[in-house]
Amino acid sequence: MLPETLKSEIVELTSHYPHARAALVPALRAAQRDLGWLGKETQTEVASLLGITALEVHEVVSFYPMLYDKPVGRHVIHVCRTLSCDACGGKELWKHLESKLGVTRGGTTADGRFTLMSAECLASCGTAPVLLLDNERHENLSHAQVDKLLEAAR
Amino acid sequence: MSALTESRVISARFGKPQSWTLASYRADGGYETFLSVLKTKKPDEVIAEVKASGLKGRGGAGFSTGMKWSFVPKGTTKPVYLCVNGDESEPGTFKDRQIVEMDPHQLLEGVGITCFAIGAHTAYVYLRCEFAEGLRKVGAAIKEAYAAGLFGKNIGGSGFDLDVHLHMGAGAYICGEETSLLNSIEGVRPYPRNKPPFPAVEGLFGCPTIINNVETIANIPHIMKRGAAWHAGLGHKEDPGSRLWCVSGHVNKPGVYELETGYSLQALIDGLCGGMRRGKKLKCVIPGGSSSRVLTADEVRTVTMDVPCMKRVNSSLGSAGIIVLDESVDMVDAVLNLMKFYAHESCGQCTPCREGSPWLVKILSRIAHGQGRPQDLELILDIADNMEGRTVCALADGACWPLISILTKFRHEFQAKIDAAARSGAAGAPTGVRAPAGAH
Ligand SMILES: Cc1cc2nc3c(=O)[nH]c(=O)nc-3n(C[C@H](O)[C@H](O)[C@H](O)COP(=O)(O)O)c2cc1C
Ligand code: SF4
Ligand code: FES
Repeated sequence: MLPETLKSEIVELTSHYPHARAALVPALRAAQRDLGWLGKETQTEVASLLGITALEVHEVVSFYPMLYDKPVGRHVIHVCRTLSCDACGGKELWKHLESKLGVTRGGTTADGRFTLMSAECLASCGTAPVLLLDNERHENLSHAQVDKLLEAAR
Repeated sequence: MSALTESRVISARFGKPQSWTLASYRADGGYETFLSVLKTKKPDEVIAEVKASGLKGRGGAGFSTGMKWSFVPKGTTKPVYLCVNGDESEPGTFKDRQIVEMDPHQLLEGVGITCFAIGAHTAYVYLRCEFAEGLRKVGAAIKEAYAAGLFGKNIGGSGFDLDVHLHMGAGAYICGEETSLLNSIEGVRPYPRNKPPFPAVEGLFGCPTIINNVETIANIPHIMKRGAAWHAGLGHKEDPGSRLWCVSGHVNKPGVYELETGYSLQALIDGLCGGMRRGKKLKCVIPGGSSSRVLTADEVRTVTMDVPCMKRVNSSLGSAGIIVLDESVDMVDAVLNLMKFYAHESCGQCTPCREGSPWLVKILSRIAHGQGRPQDLELILDIADNMEGRTVCALADGACWPLISILTKFRHEFQAKIDAAARSGAAGAPTGVRAPAGAH
């Protein structure tokens, strides 16, 4: 069951559009923020709030990299892999995280704490290397700074 | 050489304390232009002013903004919409993010004036979901504007009503393509649409819609305040204005710099950007976001940053994402990195793009891994030839332009790897492609 506050948030979102369906992506992002990921039940409930089918929701969820249809760790890391970052420390940052967390791309640590993903250009190319930790941007990262960030994320 | 100084129109308020608040914006005269336009101008006069200013879109295609606005059918009975494109995902581009984080009211004042000009009473500001800070800032700014009576009903007693909503994406580059953005808002799979019909006639929810980039809209209050002639006099005559240039890569001081059009690219690198990092030599520049054609160091020395000059050297300014690469860069790796981007971001709607882009990754991977085959370069050009100009949207072209230009201008680097593979006997091994390791 979706929490009541989330339901009313989604209903409020639908009022921004002439058709409720247009609230789909923001509604799914809100659900993911609260629930971590978008399971089948969540997708079905969002569908009924917006008056569309679960399949129509799934078609959208499966398209977007930032909508998760599988469980993720408590914290999600997205490391930018695109050219400017890659050329300015991104490659090394990626290797550091893989070895530190002991996972490969898309993997979740055994304790369920972190999921490591790569992302395409995060629009912070001038402050490479860049990552998102739970959707918040961190720039110009040394490996020591990354280690600190991870320690603070319980 | 005289030192470059920034022009600071769009970025004038960046860095001021609390620059993102309504109080700070109004202290600098914010929203006065919007309110006076509502009282003293007719929509057509605003469109004429913007046309005369020479402003071109800052999202990549560089189309005349005033001209685009004039395509909304006169006297339409349908609602008209404005969509502000803040998907900003073109590799190398990071200017719109600065606007939404540091001066969201400047954007919103532009939204107000634009909606009045095109007859829209609803606007959607579309931001990529990775802009957590930008979403907070624009969200708060919209609330402040409503509370101050700058949005909503009967704004400033003018009788003009306007609703402005924030909308977010979910991590797909393709949603920056304007018709994909419309489908993204509508909550369907965001495949780009065939044109015609053009969005100005049949766009969001089947209604006339204008889509403009964040930086484009941020220019509007300045043009309406200072006049078309002022704007037309900035920078290069044929491509006037002041732009946010995003410099990334191997320079000492990467960042966003605001300059009028027409300045020397080399001077920007050597001046404001503090020259090349660690004293290395410049190898090349991708000047307009990753979807533009590469310029060699020799070409960089000769070009100015304006549309006419970039046309002459067969490149483009696109979204003004200037990626600077030094001599240490392996061009096979660089282009492979970019082709992985396009393969990942292809929406899969058109066969040449869906099939071609992963093929390019496969072939470039084997060249990079020392298993390239003698015919591979011709194969790449053949695949690119099948993609360019044969698809619904320009993503496929955007993949081919850096690819073909890099392959042409740095062919020796590709050839050397293929020759080495032939000598070592690795080429043409039946397994061919080795899976790329990890994310890189
Ligand atoms: C694949 C692709 C991605 C694009 N991404 C963006 C983007 O992130 N932001 C943007 O403003 N324009 C983007 N564009 C250009 C838009 O389609 C459109 O031309 C632009 O938003 C129009 O605004 P303007 O006239 O103010 O530049 C993209 C185009 C393509 C083909
Ligand atoms: S060119 Fe590529 S991204 Fe564009 S519509 Fe076709 S498949 Fe999709
Ligand atoms: S390339 Fe990493 S933020 Fe743009």
